[in-house]
Amino acid sequence: MESPERSVKISCHDLWKLFGDNAKEYLTEHNGSVSAQSLKEAGLIGAVCDANFEVFEGEIFIIMGLSGSGKSTLVRCMSRLIEPTAGKVMFENQDLLKASEHELIDIRRHKMGMVFQHFALLPHLTVLHNVAFPLEIQGVDRASREQRAREIIELVGLEGRENYYPRELSGGQQQRVGIARSLAVEPDIWFLDEPFSALDPLIRREMQDEFLRLQNLLHKSIVFITHDFDEAIRLADRIAIMQDGHIIQIGSPEQLVLEPATDYVAEFTREIPRAKIFSAGAIMAPPTGNTLGKVSASTKIEDLAETVVNSKSDVAVVDSDGRTVGQLSRRAVLDVLVGKSTA
Amino acid sequence: MDAATVADGVRGQRRPIPIWLVIWAVALLLTAALYLFQQLWPWAVTYPEAWTVPLRFWVSDFMKWLINSFDLGLFTFKEFTRSIAWLLQWPLDFAGGLLASGFKLAWGEEAEWFIPRLSWLAVTAVVILIGYQSGGIRLALLVGGCFLYLVIFGQWDSAMVTLSSIVIAVPIGVVLGVFIGILGFRSRRAERLIVPILDLMQTVPVFAYLVPVLFLFGFGPVAAMVATIIYATPPMVRCAMLSLKQVPTEIVEFGQMVGCSRRQLLWKIQIPSARPTLMVGVNQVIMLSLNMVIIASMIGAGGLGFDVLSSLKRLRIGEGIEAGVAITVLAIALDRISQGFANRPPSEQRDRPDSFIARYPYTTIALGIVIITSLAGTFIEGLHTFPERLQVTTGTWWNDLVSWININFFDELEAIKTWLLLNVLIPVKRFLLVLPWLAVVGMVGLAGYQLGGWRLALFTGSLALFMAVTGNWEKSMISVYLCGISVIIAALIGIPIGIYSARHERAHRVVQVVVDTLQTLPSFVYLIPVVMLFRVGDFSAMIAVVAYALAPAIRYTDHGIRQIPPSLVEAGKAFGCSRRQMLWKVQLPIALPEIMLGINQVIMMALAMLVITALVGTRDLGQEVYIALTKADTGRGIVAGLCVAFIAMISDRLISAWAQRKKKEFGLA
Repeated sequence: MESPERSVKISCHDLWKLFGDNAKEYLTEHNGSVSAQSLKEAGLIGAVCDANFEVFEGEIFIIMGLSGSGKSTLVRCMSRLIEPTAGKVMFENQDLLKASEHELIDIRRHKMGMVFQHFALLPHLTVLHNVAFPLEIQGVDRASREQRAREIIELVGLEGRENYYPRELSGGQQQRVGIARSLAVEPDIWFLDEPFSALDPLIRREMQDEFLRLQNLLHKSIVFITHDFDEAIRLADRIAIMQDGHIIQIGSPEQLVLEPATDYVAEFTREIPRAKIFSAGAIMAPPTGNTLGKVSASTKIEDLAETVVNSKSDVAVVDSDGRTVGQLSRRAVLDVLVGKSTA
Repeated sequence: MDAATVADGVRGQRRPIPIWLVIWAVALLLTAALYLFQQLWPWAVTYPEAWTVPLRFWVSDFMKWLINSFDLGLFTFKEFTRSIAWLLQWPLDFAGGLLASGFKLAWGEEAEWFIPRLSWLAVTAVVILIGYQSGGIRLALLVGGCFLYLVIFGQWDSAMVTLSSIVIAVPIGVVLGVFIGILGFRSRRAERLIVPILDLMQTVPVFAYLVPVLFLFGFGPVAAMVATIIYATPPMVRCAMLSLKQVPTEIVEFGQMVGCSRRQLLWKIQIPSARPTLMVGVNQVIMLSLNMVIIASMIGAGGLGFDVLSSLKRLRIGEGIEAGVAITVLAIALDRISQGFANRPPSEQRDRPDSFIARYPYTTIALGIVIITSLAGTFIEGLHTFPERLQVTTGTWWNDLVSWININFFDELEAIKTWLLLNVLIPVKRFLLVLPWLAVVGMVGLAGYQLGGWRLALFTGSLALFMAVTGNWEKSMISVYLCGISVIIAALIGIPIGIYSARHERAHRVVQVVVDTLQTLPSFVYLIPVVMLFRVGDFSAMIAVVAYALAPAIRYTDHGIRQIPPSLVEAGKAFGCSRRQMLWKVQLPIALPEIMLGINQVIMMALAMLVITALVGTRDLGQEVYIALTKADTGRGIVAGLCVAFIAMISDRLISAWAQRKKKEFGLA
């Protein structure tokens, strides 16, 4: 999926956030090499330790970790809702941590959008005015901001609910408002902080589909926080796994499953059905024999299983330009489905 | 304090009772020894007069200096207060003219034009409309009934004087409170300054600061309004700080993420999100302003308060009751209207129509009503001023009732009174008065140490010492005795009612209504029937205090039992607890911290009421404050007022520390 020539949207360099007194002095003293033991002795809590990664244009970058792993702090450091202790956050060639109050307000008004776990809708405003609120803060006049808000409300499928108050909506609908609101300013970078965690499993699934549909339309650069590995696998282009403030591995879902960096990562991936992870490209054989029909190399086994298993011979695998790059046998697909294959 | 508490906790787990039992036994023995051998250290038993610090004179001198010679550079302090008074006079005159007295406009010598006040019909109709907007047809009927009462029972003139000062005092109090609250919310340093002042202001009896207000603003409606604002604003400040803090972090973060400036964040995000709690504060301001009506009439507010006070002084029970009920009726109407607005969903217009009439339908109707009724009132006199011959008075009926009770039940009432006085009140009073002051101060400190460590011990001990040092020891002890007995009686009545109401749904609903109503009554109103039946003295004071302070005992007990997690009750049932076992072994022990917080409230209310009962002839701190008021002796009033506040603070800190600890032990905190 990833291609190296894609441009970087936002990136973190040696980013630290320590909670406690004199965190800054401590970090300068130790010059970045800090052990968990010495942190504890200094009475500090390492919420984010030495984070380094970049998010590409148009990519869904997921930060996955259990509660307390520092993922929420990390995303707040990237938007400077929390002031990091040290490091750099580069956003469109500018270090956000050096931006003045005024510049920061300007960046947030025009280039950032954020969706919150508990929706954070303003209880005293209707759906329409909630969605129009970021534009109101920008200073857009009433007619155009309401016009724009109506468009986005329609985009997230809430037309007809413009005059409802948040409390009159279901959880899923409320989060649709949250999503619409964060998109109203057409942000360049879109932060989603556990957007679906407060929803019921069925609604969560529906919202994930909705989210993918929107992303297919909009191609935003996305930083998405979750504690749900299934969700991460479903949505991510790349996943960063966090544990105790450290990012322990970054990679595509397939990479995490195939080459877990630590036992901790392996533990997460163990229960995940391989058919959800592997794409045709990962288990195909070189193109040699006769084939019947074709599938795209990026299709997940889960989605092509029925076609291949019911086919009388191997199926051709083609890349995005339509060239044949390999072929897929029934046997290979069945191995993945019953869990024999490690690819 | 933390270290000490932890240490106590650890020690307490090993052998909890014996250590403190021994310490307290020693303390009591020492007290007894001090009393028995008082010739040895007479100064430790009765505080020597020569040691008294003349704080009250210093305070009086300071006030005199403030008024006579304090210069702020451009103007003097006196000019400063007078200009505030002048500023407040304007809106007050306007509201008074509108509702009560009408306007007299004069040009030159002869030309004079009189605009009459709003007619009773106009005011009642507008109020009904407001009631309808706030809570629908039922509230409209209730409010209409309340105002019709005022009309029919001939209380209209006084009620409108009172209402006019309320409608000015409340907005000022609310705005002031919100701004101070914002200050405290934004700056930690400001908060650290504001909170202790609030604590003090809410425990110092009102009478105590009537005197300085009188000094600074003179006698009259403006001074009364200043006192009302001072009294009614603190809860608004608290509500504002609390509500702003309670705004969910995510919502604030959202505001930052869309690039709000500090000001936008406050006015567009935080204040609107805090609205429900802010409205609770507004309701509090209204209720406290009404509670202040009678007291404020001591420094020049007219209206219903003045009526109650003067009839109470002349023992005209019937008139007093009518005016008192009128205040209550006004309070109920305003309380329900403000609660209605608080509970109503936010009032943003969903679609804004362009014309004024469609956009503000209620305002338009109200204006129409005022114009039409005013026109009608100029032609038909009765529509403007309710005809006197149609008015009803129950004054004589009340007087007859009192005489009837006194004639038929005098002996029984007198017997109860005498028995209680001889067997309970007087012995307790004597006992407290002979206790050596040094021992009491020591034991208060000891209790502080046991419950909260050194810092609390120092706090409670020095507050107790203050009472002795300023020469108010004896009066303080009388206050403690009256308050203590009243609190015990209130608890003995209130807790069982609370338990019953917690376990029976129907009783709960009835009790809720009764308690709500009790809490709407201004404190003075409780005095009237008591004086009718028992005349003046400690006993009457006690009854009034018990009646006034009963509500929180019921409410907190009820709530404490109801908030017990259902799983615990189910566990009890699963073990086969009988209903009685359930109550004594499960519900009461777990609800105890909550019940104690209720008792704490009872003590606060009892002390507030105690000062007012000075009017029926007690001899405690309340009387001291009251005398200071009549003599305009600033220092005396403030120092005695501080003593009352300190009694309240000592019991508050001790009980809170205890309840906090218990809750922590139960894992409920």
